[in-house]
Amino acid sequence: MTRYIIRRLLQFIPVILISTLIVYALVFAIPGDPIRALAGDRPMSDAVRETLREQYNLDDPFLIQYFKYIWGIVTALDFGSTFNGRPVTDIIEQRLPVTATLALVTLVIQTIMGIIAGILAALYRDRFFDRFVQVSTVTMVALPTLVIGFLLQLIFGLNLGWFPIAGVNNGISSYILPALTMAAVSTGILARLVRSELLDALKSDYVRTATAKGMKQTRVITRHGLRNSLIPAVTFIGADLASMLGGSIIVETIFNLPGLGQQVFASIQGQEGTVVVGIVTLFVLFFVVINLIVDLLYGLLDPRIRYE
Amino acid sequence: MTESQTSTGFTPGTRPGDAPLLEVKDLQVEFRTKAGVAKAINGLNFTLHAGETLAILGESGSGKSVTAQTIMGILDMPPGRIAGGEIRYRGEDLLTMDEESRRKLRGRKIAMIFQDALSSLNPVLPVGWQIAEMFRVHRGMKRKEARAKAVEMMQRVGIPGAEERAGDFPHQFSGGMRQRIMIAMAIALDPDVLIADEPTTALDVTVQAQVMRLLKDLQTEFNMGLILITHDLGVVADVADKIAVMYSGRVMEAADVYEIYGKPGHPYTQGLLNSIPRIDDEGGRLRAISGLPPSLTDMPSGCPFNPRCEFATDRCTTERPELRLVAEGHLSACHYAEDVYAGTATRTRRPSPTGAGMIAGSEEAPE
Repeated sequence: MTRYIIRRLLQFIPVILISTLIVYALVFAIPGDPIRALAGDRPMSDAVRETLREQYNLDDPFLIQYFKYIWGIVTALDFGSTFNGRPVTDIIEQRLPVTATLALVTLVIQTIMGIIAGILAALYRDRFFDRFVQVSTVTMVALPTLVIGFLLQLIFGLNLGWFPIAGVNNGISSYILPALTMAAVSTGILARLVRSELLDALKSDYVRTATAKGMKQTRVITRHGLRNSLIPAVTFIGADLASMLGGSIIVETIFNLPGLGQQVFASIQGQEGTVVVGIVTLFVLFFVVINLIVDLLYGLLDPRIRYE
Repeated sequence: MTESQTSTGFTPGTRPGDAPLLEVKDLQVEFRTKAGVAKAINGLNFTLHAGETLAILGESGSGKSVTAQTIMGILDMPPGRIAGGEIRYRGEDLLTMDEESRRKLRGRKIAMIFQDALSSLNPVLPVGWQIAEMFRVHRGMKRKEARAKAVEMMQRVGIPGAEERAGDFPHQFSGGMRQRIMIAMAIALDPDVLIADEPTTALDVTVQAQVMRLLKDLQTEFNMGLILITHDLGVVADVADKIAVMYSGRVMEAADVYEIYGKPGHPYTQGLLNSIPRIDDEGGRLRAISGLPPSLTDMPSGCPFNPRCEFATDRCTTERPELRLVAEGHLSACHYAEDVYAGTATRTRRPSPTGAGMIAGSEEAPE
């Protein structure tokens, strides 16, 4: 087990190196001069431009830039800074709580709604509720995030006025609509997953055994059926949480949340490579850590899994 | 004698004055399928007494597992449907009982062992927990006390190192040990009736014998009525007191084990016994019963076995034979039961040596 974890942790190194390299290359490949973009219409003297180019190693070949960047991280935990001189770590520190809150609220919403809908659909198979879940989940999965976001803003924000439609000035209620938007697709998938897994479990031999043992129906379903059918759901929720940061780019932009996703979007436009790479690296790191946790959790839930 | 008396009169091995544990009367179970209504059980009758072993013998699709599931009340309904009959446990009809009373009997008074212990045990719960659950739910025991009882049961069924192994999961045990765990779970609360549905089919031959021996010992110890469902004639011969041979959801023949093996009174039983390979047989070909069991949605008229029977006559295709006595305690549902029993029945078709010559028997099997 310990060996397994150590091996997995060591695998993080190449994963992060490769992913940062790719992101770095992509940012590098964006046409245009970032310094000129920074200056905009204002005149900038050649001396200032040269200084800036040198400071950010913009004249070095791509790979040299990349190695200087990694070297800075490894030796001095220096993730670089924006062209305005603001350290990237500072930006992350300021914006991470917004994105983390969004992800957490989304996670809670989709887990509760998805699992409950899935269970009820399975228990009332082919009845009205089941049909309702089937249709509504397809709709939720099929609609683009943008459309769902605008719909929620229109209905619950403008027409009903229940929740704010943008910004983070109203505490947790600011996060409800963005989280619902982000949860829509996963709630749909999760409900369908739980439904089919539970239906399978209820047909299984061990559930029949539990009934033959004289257990009450509720006990048969919760202790024997549900216990097993939720294992795949845990994997899905974990994988989804890991990819949620990516989803935050669109949602934070729609709802104007000052989180990491919005920052990435802005930084790509401003060609601030160091910021983009810094935040994306964080996303990647988060992704691999969550995946490791899910794999470990999976072993805890299903004793048949062995770590070798 | 009226028809109903004939069919309910089947009580081989009945000891007068001894109330039966379990009485199945004229049971009918059907399944709704896309191809129509499949009649899985068509008027089944038998009785079971304490300490008695009844073997229900039959090939796949004869309705033996459906019988077990119907008695346990774990039949999937729908598509299953109980179309008629009674199942009386100590005189009380299980089929009209409310679900809660029935649940309390399940596992506690009437328990069941399934064929495939690996899929029938919960893969993600420790085996000790699964046995202890019986004590916790039915007896209201605390966790610790129930666990101790579970370990005790595991020792009783011969699992080495029971104390340490109670925390292990089903996949960590061998097939034989898993079946022992199923048995421990089934007998935990000292049931009156134990139904074993093909308990040794998934096991190695050497392990089969051990598991059967264990079942037999436990039966004697607890004075249980044991219903052994199997297609394995070898298993039956060792442990059964009486045998009911099922075909197409009906009992074809019922008698005590020596009668059945010594003097079968039904062509189907005869065919089954003949299909056991013999070491001293020189021909080397297996003697299967030709043809296949009839489709449950489309039963032949008359005797359900008539398309495959060596002795079938016109009467067999029109008139269905009822179960009747051919000798003391020996019932057979064949128009020519006496002749078959005496070995004097006339063949109307050439027996097919390989089973390759199919139903009508008109084709010669290739030599």
